[in-house]
Amino acid sequence: MTVGSTDIPAPMGLLAELTHRCPLKCPYCSNPVELERRSVEMSTDDWKKVFSQAQALGVLQLHLSGGEPSARGDLEEIIAHCSTLNLYTNLITAGVGIPKERWQALADAGLDHVQLSVQAPTAEANDFVAGFDGAFRAKIESAGHVTSLGLPLTINAVIHRHNINTIEDTIELAASCGARRLEVAHVQYYGWGLKNRQSLIPTREAVLDCMAKIEAARERLSGSLVIDAVVPDYYARFPKPCMGGWGARSLNVTPSGKVLPCHAAETIAGLTFESVTEKPLAEIWYESESFNKFRGTTWMPEPCRSCDRREIDWGGCRCQAFAFTGRADATDPVCEKSTFRNRLSEIAEADAAAEEAFEYRSF
Amino acid sequence: MFEEDAKPALPRGVKLQFDSARDHWVLLGPERILKPDPVALEILKRIDGTKSIDQIVEDLTQTFNADRGQILKDVRAFLEGLSDKRMIDIK
Ligand code: SF4
Ligand code: SF4
Repeated sequence: MTVGSTDIPAPMGLLAELTHRCPLKCPYCSNPVELERRSVEMSTDDWKKVFSQAQALGVLQLHLSGGEPSARGDLEEIIAHCSTLNLYTNLITAGVGIPKERWQALADAGLDHVQLSVQAPTAEANDFVAGFDGAFRAKIESAGHVTSLGLPLTINAVIHRHNINTIEDTIELAASCGARRLEVAHVQYYGWGLKNRQSLIPTREAVLDCMAKIEAARERLSGSLVIDAVVPDYYARFPKPCMGGWGARSLNVTPSGKVLPCHAAETIAGLTFESVTEKPLAEIWYESESFNKFRGTTWMPEPCRSCDRREIDWGGCRCQAFAFTGRADATDPVCEKSTFRNRLSEIAEADAAAEEAFEYRSF
Repeated sequence: MFEEDAKPALPRGVKLQFDSARDHWVLLGPERILKPDPVALEILKRIDGTKSIDQIVEDLTQTFNADRGQILKDVRAFLEGLSDKRMIDIK
């Protein structure tokens, strides 16, 4: 390793929230409830500087996200810059409002991969969840442009109560769009998702049924569609290694330039985050208090401290721990060793049985 | 099973690249960063869309003075693994 003087590994990936603007209103949006406005967004040159610094720091892959990243008119210019730096660019988009010419320009700029979100496998259901009429048709058109340009396509589906029963149709849709990959994620219950947990969380039975259907499709579509899926937290025994560990593999930059160990880190009260507009990225990665706070295992209390899974899941998600227990250094409440696990199960069950309407994301 | 005259190529979105921060080669793909082992790396370096499997095997056999049958087996297994991940085109 040529950068950094410690045993802290260099980051591999960076998620850039280029903007929080988005035409859609998904009720589980992973953006913070307090969205950053257009007026505080970094300039094109600021972002280019961030990506140059990221490359020097050891980052290999960039996830250009939002909001809707194409809401920025300089997306092509940013991608072209990254491609001269040999950074792998992954565009995470809702695919709405991107005409054929723009896709062509993005491809010409050197874009490596497109990850397109689909809210549900039919126009009616998709547009209901997205809160935007015509979104589905626009997405299907975008998928067509992406594949005809020869760009690899991943369909991303965030699963919840309103689309879990149509998972097979979602898989069919991904295959028929010419996607190479389908990513099945589950709503994470903090931020917007937490506001809407009562109307989004599926029952355990629905989740098990969904996993079985995915497993069957995996075999059937082997060699043509790769399906990456995870068991949702609330129905697992152990937490996921969130971000591969805090400050271990990747980082997140917000529209205004704040650098976070994970996109939800700002939900943890009492942590302050530094900005690339004030400090070099490398200094923030290696030296900032926020990144060092939950790095490695020394910060862990029991039961994590002496657990043999501590370097497998790193104690789980700090944001979920904070949201549920009020302490960011607590064991993830998903873990069966957490004293909060029973409470979490009760809430999950009660919310899964509730009949609430969801609230759309809004500025 | 791939024919020996088939030509493997890395599709768009899959890149073999030297990672200078970590001082080794990486194969980058959609949401994937793979670190090829020495055998895989030698195979990958010979994949350019114009060479057939047969030519790649021949080249490796000569360069490493190894058993052709074994190399063919290794190359096939490696390509099948990548193909399952949709990270290679074989025409
Ligand atoms: S989750 Fe929905 S609302 Fe949020 S950025 Fe993505 S497409 Fe837009
Ligand atoms: S106790 Fe901590 S380290 Fe062990 S499995 Fe649970 S969350 Fe992971």
